[in-house]
Amino acid sequence: MSTVTDRPAADKSVRAPSRWAAPPRPSWEEQPSRAGLAGKGIALGFACLAIVFPLWIVLVTSLSSRKTIDEAGGLVMIPKEIDFIAYRELLSGGQVTRAAIISVLITVVGTAFSMTVSVLCAYGLSRSGSLAHRWILMTLLATMFFSAGLIPTYLLVQSLGLTDTYLALILPSAISVFNILVLRGFFMGISQELIDSARIDGAGDFRILWQIVMPLSRAVLAVITLFYAVGYWSAWFNASLYLNDQDMMPLQNVMIQLVQKQEAPVGMGQAIKTGQLSALAVQMAVMVMALLPVAVLSPFVQKHFKKGMLTGAVKG
Amino acid sequence: MSHSTVPRSRPEAEKTDKTPAASGGTTGSAGRRSSGKLSLRTRFRRDRVLLLMTLPAVALVLLFNYLPILGNVVAFQDYDPYISDNGVVSILNSPWVGLENFQRLFEDSAFWEAVQNTLVLFFLQLVLYFPIPIGLALLINSVVRPRVRAVSQAILYLPHFFSWVLVIAVFQQLFGGAGILSQLLRQNGYDGIDIMTDPETFKFLITAQSVWKDAGWGIIVFLAALASVNPDLYEAAAMDGANRWRRMWHVTLPALRPVIALLLVLRVGDALTVGFEQILLQRDAVGPGASEVLDTFVWWNGVRNQDFGYAAAAGLIKGVISLGLVLVANKVAHLMGEQGVYKK
Repeated sequence: MSTVTDRPAADKSVRAPSRWAAPPRPSWEEQPSRAGLAGKGIALGFACLAIVFPLWIVLVTSLSSRKTIDEAGGLVMIPKEIDFIAYRELLSGGQVTRAAIISVLITVVGTAFSMTVSVLCAYGLSRSGSLAHRWILMTLLATMFFSAGLIPTYLLVQSLGLTDTYLALILPSAISVFNILVLRGFFMGISQELIDSARIDGAGDFRILWQIVMPLSRAVLAVITLFYAVGYWSAWFNASLYLNDQDMMPLQNVMIQLVQKQEAPVGMGQAIKTGQLSALAVQMAVMVMALLPVAVLSPFVQKHFKKGMLTGAVKG
Repeated sequence: MSHSTVPRSRPEAEKTDKTPAASGGTTGSAGRRSSGKLSLRTRFRRDRVLLLMTLPAVALVLLFNYLPILGNVVAFQDYDPYISDNGVVSILNSPWVGLENFQRLFEDSAFWEAVQNTLVLFFLQLVLYFPIPIGLALLINSVVRPRVRAVSQAILYLPHFFSWVLVIAVFQQLFGGAGILSQLLRQNGYDGIDIMTDPETFKFLITAQSVWKDAGWGIIVFLAALASVNPDLYEAAAMDGANRWRRMWHVTLPALRPVIALLLVLRVGDALTVGFEQILLQRDAVGPGASEVLDTFVWWNGVRNQDFGYAAAAGLIKGVISLGLVLVANKVAHLMGEQGVYKK
């Protein structure tokens, strides 16, 4: 929408205002002082730099050769070359490759499951006046105020026989009531007339959800999908609790071993010892692998965050 | 009558007043009054598909959120995990010990240390963390250039989506013994320092990590509240001679008050939860003396030491106090005239 309004097609002599430029201020507002602008710039620049700078170091070091890392005395701030050796080694099979594949699979399957259950439930609760919907809503809402506790949950998962299966990483944390409420709030905003007319045309609830409600809710669906996917991608605690087999561990758990405990990935110790490969570059490369999907995807969904976060979250 | 033709709300009521039907929250809204006239059986026939749709989520919640509540009985047992692989069988066959676990807890100095660490961390985060998103939101809100705003928001939101494992790994590269800070110090002839393993500063480190990860994300709620302020108010204030700061004090901050109150209530209700994963990941590095909080105390005694009854007792105490805190905090919010988390 902005690309259309920003570019006046008829009059080429009028320069379109850059999106970097400040729009005109209302007449009653005083012009900002130079000192004020500079102060704001410094504060915002500092906040952004505090986030970007560490990520930059991690990225640059992961792409540096053994020689550059040794010369820098450790972490590299200024890139000298781009060397993919750490990534090549990590992705050529072995522990990290397997862990990355496991993480991707859990994230995909888990997110699909969570979204299906959540969207169905949110729609089921979104038609006001339907039978028992207040009761069901209360049952869900109450879980936001208490937690059964770690030990009872652990004993339950164990009793269900989920230990050492990937179901233990998906089922216990499959739905977030908060996410369901956000979806429900969005679905409730869809015009009742539209849904009634579809019903008169003979559509059932599943069809209304699939063909009318969901296409109208793409923004919120994108946000909630991202929330669930990030949850699965970032999870490590349940794996450490319920999985005993080291070969089943997802990427985050392998990262704990590599970065926190400073261990070399299984099968790569040799390459590191002989000096072809820097242990530091390998650690940084694993970190980049963990952050890359998130860093690439979340900005696309960013413009919907505010809408997604607030509709429904407050209504209850 | 087929279920699909019974209206869930009267169309004419819908047209005259959309909000009650849309929010579904007010008692006696048009939709519900009309369905109240129908028999339960008709309503069930009409809504059975909707009920079916909620079934998987309800089943998951009952199974994984409600059912484990019963498992807290192990707090009153000398639970023996080796009786059977099945927790239920073990519970049925473990001896009851009454309040013995709780008695042991109250005499355990490690437990009180965990309580103390939890409370200190809560207050530290309240003072050092809580105001930052408000300040950042005011800052972002005052930026009028659209592109600058979008880019800085994208950067500030990003760490929220990182896992704790990653955040701690990043901090290690900055402040660890082999981190960039130590590296620079050493290159300039000083000794390197390792903040990541220093018990003295650990609580500040935890707070700094929380700020780095989530303070940017925290601004969303405030930005939304700021966006909903009527711009006429600013103009009127300016006409009355209020400068930038006076407008912020008299227009912007009052607009944020309900949100601030709500978030404070939520935070206080959650006071005993101060970052379980984050602390657990660093527990070994700094030792339990400085890092043990209630949640990690439960984990250590239950999962590591297999002393399930004892750990569950600590967890139960935490759970009950937390529930009380939420309810009290909410009550206080109502008394202050704010909306609170839920309405009665």
